[in-house]
Amino acid sequence: MSIFAEVQEAPPIEVFQLTRECAADEFPNKVNLGVGAYRTDEGKPWVLPIVRKVEGLMAADETLNKEYLPVLGLDAASSAATKMLLGSSSKAISEGRAFGVQSISGTGALRVGAEFLAKQLNRTVFYMSTPTWGNHKLIFLNAGFKECHQYRYWDPKTRGVNITGFLEDLRAAPEGSVIILHACAHNPTGCDPTMDQWKEIAAVMKEKKLFPFFDSAYQGFASGDLDQDAQAVRFFVEQGFEVFCAQSFAKNFGLYNERIGNLAIVMSDSSLAAAVKSQITLIVRGMYSNPPNHGARIVAKVLNDPELFKEWQECIRTMSSRIKEMRASLLAKLTQLGTPGDWNHITQQIGMFSFKNVSVPWDQVAYMKSNYHIYLMSSGRINICGLTTKNVDYVAQAIDDAVRKFPATSS
Amino acid sequence: MALRSTFFLAPLRKNVVVIQRGIGSSWWSDVEMGPPDAILGITEAYKRDSNQKKINLGAGAYRDDHGKPYVLPSVRKAETIMASKNLDKEYLPIGGLPEFTKLTADLAFGDGNKVVPEGLNATVQGISGTGSLRIGANFLAKYFPGNKVIYLPTPSWANHTPIFKHAGMDVKAYRYYDPKTCGLDFKGLLDDISQIPEKSMILLHACAHNPTGVDPSKEQWKEISALIKKKQLYPFFDMAYQGFASGDINRDAFALRHFIQEGHTLCLAQSFAKNMGLYGERVGAYSIVCSDKDEAARVMSQVKILVRPMYSNPPVHGARIAATILGDENLREEWLVDVKGMADRIITMRQSLKEGLKKEGSNRNWDHITDQIGMFCYTGMTPDQVEKITKEYSIYLTKDGRISVAGVTSGNVDYLAHAMAKVCG
Repeated sequence: MSIFAEVQEAPPIEVFQLTRECAADEFPNKVNLGVGAYRTDEGKPWVLPIVRKVEGLMAADETLNKEYLPVLGLDAASSAATKMLLGSSSKAISEGRAFGVQSISGTGALRVGAEFLAKQLNRTVFYMSTPTWGNHKLIFLNAGFKECHQYRYWDPKTRGVNITGFLEDLRAAPEGSVIILHACAHNPTGCDPTMDQWKEIAAVMKEKKLFPFFDSAYQGFASGDLDQDAQAVRFFVEQGFEVFCAQSFAKNFGLYNERIGNLAIVMSDSSLAAAVKSQITLIVRGMYSNPPNHGARIVAKVLNDPELFKEWQECIRTMSSRIKEMRASLLAKLTQLGTPGDWNHITQQIGMFSFKNVSVPWDQVAYMKSNYHIYLMSSGRINICGLTTKNVDYVAQAIDDAVRKFPATSS
Repeated sequence: MALRSTFFLAPLRKNVVVIQRGIGSSWWSDVEMGPPDAILGITEAYKRDSNQKKINLGAGAYRDDHGKPYVLPSVRKAETIMASKNLDKEYLPIGGLPEFTKLTADLAFGDGNKVVPEGLNATVQGISGTGSLRIGANFLAKYFPGNKVIYLPTPSWANHTPIFKHAGMDVKAYRYYDPKTCGLDFKGLLDDISQIPEKSMILLHACAHNPTGVDPSKEQWKEISALIKKKQLYPFFDMAYQGFASGDINRDAFALRHFIQEGHTLCLAQSFAKNMGLYGERVGAYSIVCSDKDEAARVMSQVKILVRPMYSNPPVHGARIAATILGDENLREEWLVDVKGMADRIITMRQSLKEGLKKEGSNRNWDHITDQIGMFCYTGMTPDQVEKITKEYSIYLTKDGRISVAGVTSGNVDYLAHAMAKVCG
């Protein structure tokens, strides 16, 4: 009798299941609005020209070898990443109170940060937004947190942030709770708090002594402006918070599979940095020893070279503008069709995703899949990057048809 | 920086939560300084040393005969091929690059094995050996139906303990190294294994034991296999040196393949850090051999559930290099030559060192230097002798007397032999 006889089949992870189904679909006009990766107007993945350029330079560089990186990663990459997040004039950095740990993209940064909080600081409670990225919960639970709570976030009536509910839930959170905040381009809603709302959030968190753990997966990618997309994080740091921020370079550098990220840490006392680094070192050693070099080298090179940095900013603007255009296009088409409901959220939301939270999601979503071969998440989340000038009419029409056929109770 | 090496660790300290925090006080005030890395310490001291003749024998990475890092020619070739393909940067599946996972399983289990064609293996790409061990540890901690305890040889790679502990498992030991002979304490090993409670897990170094360099003989492996079977223990193989140890990928996989043949269900962590020199690319794999295809699928699905909240999916670059090499007949042959070259250089240095010691007039028995295999050699030097050789000759090694033979070159072996002979007699 095998020792694994009792192991059950785990449920498939929805977003990858969706991609698998779409890939297997032979319908010529199929559209994948599921997984969060940028696509060109031809519907193709895009390796940023600046990335290809840098890889070419790296390949020609005979001095590069394959030796282990330090446990905490390539310092040139993590320092630059931390600076990109906090701003070059950041006092936290100049005072030696901020540093970065190279991580395995955003997920890895969240996990290492969460393990430190749970195992070194004995944090047991964390809060995540309703809704949030599907992987947040298990990252924190597997890291050792004991209690998962949610704070209200998305208001289906206004299709915006439910700031009242948000603040109420924060006020009720036990002291020491770790709060997962999306730095910008909230996933999956695309709906961010305004700066005024961030100020209110910060005030409550300060009063209730809650710990901010930012998830920043879209800096630059959201608005096209790196500084704008970092405003919330910078505000908290300026207000004197100690902060963790998980940064991902998957989207803004298009380096999805190279797994390059950074756990930025801001402390109030620089003398504690050495101890914290040493403990994070032990966590990383027991998990994967040291991080992969390839993506780190690319990011380090670009962020530290003014010319390459400029070229990269161009690439970011290209991606974010195409997304904004597609948002505008989709809204225009739906308006033209007179599709029932209010669709302005499409252009009000920001980043890769648009979220409608159809109240009978499975009907409309299932209908779009079966009748139109358009794949989106059961939550109603669509990846705007999946839209192109060639398919936006088709998608608009399908949405129109689905909404009319299965009217939602709250449209 | 040497990572597969002796490492001085302390358990993660549980801190008392300080609830009252004023503005300006820090969350981290109670965080204790973790222990310094022993190997790093040695390397730093080595760097500070101005003695021209200094030698660093702490590093756990291969060096060429000039003491320089070595990027394998077959690897460079693979990267050139990859560059010409203009491949995208899309996320890999959670389980990794499919071409890679198939080829790495083939490499481990060998030509003519039944495991891969029958789909019995659930194989995932892991973040080199460490990451692969950790995935395995997490999986077994959750799903192993027996005792959540793993037995490690004494000594073992220092990072094994924290990996398994962080995953929530208990760690125990079985006798392995005999300091009297600088060889295997076979009797002690068998005795201890006989005492292990049934349905426990046991970690085995497939070849080139780290840190001692002492491997069981083929006959001894056969006995170990039979005993483990009898005691119903679950074997977890750590294979970080396939090809790198003897120069022959099949010979180095003998123990693993023998166990498979003998019907053990086992699991395996592989690393390509050393045998392909892909240290910083973090290429490895974790395989669980199951009793049938359906079980392998179920197991695979659960492994993925553990991977996603840890790092979502693995890095592509190194896996593509490995897959390019292993998937191309000619390139694979070239790689085997590269690997044999590394193994041969190390074996040659072992011989040179032993001969050098004799020439220097040392009457001690230094057979273990050539009996042992792989990157490391447990010289038998005492901590006092280590301190002396470091202070007086600027030769740096860990205080357990372990040297990394990779740090020995034709340019420094005479000096090393001289120093060892003087210090050890």
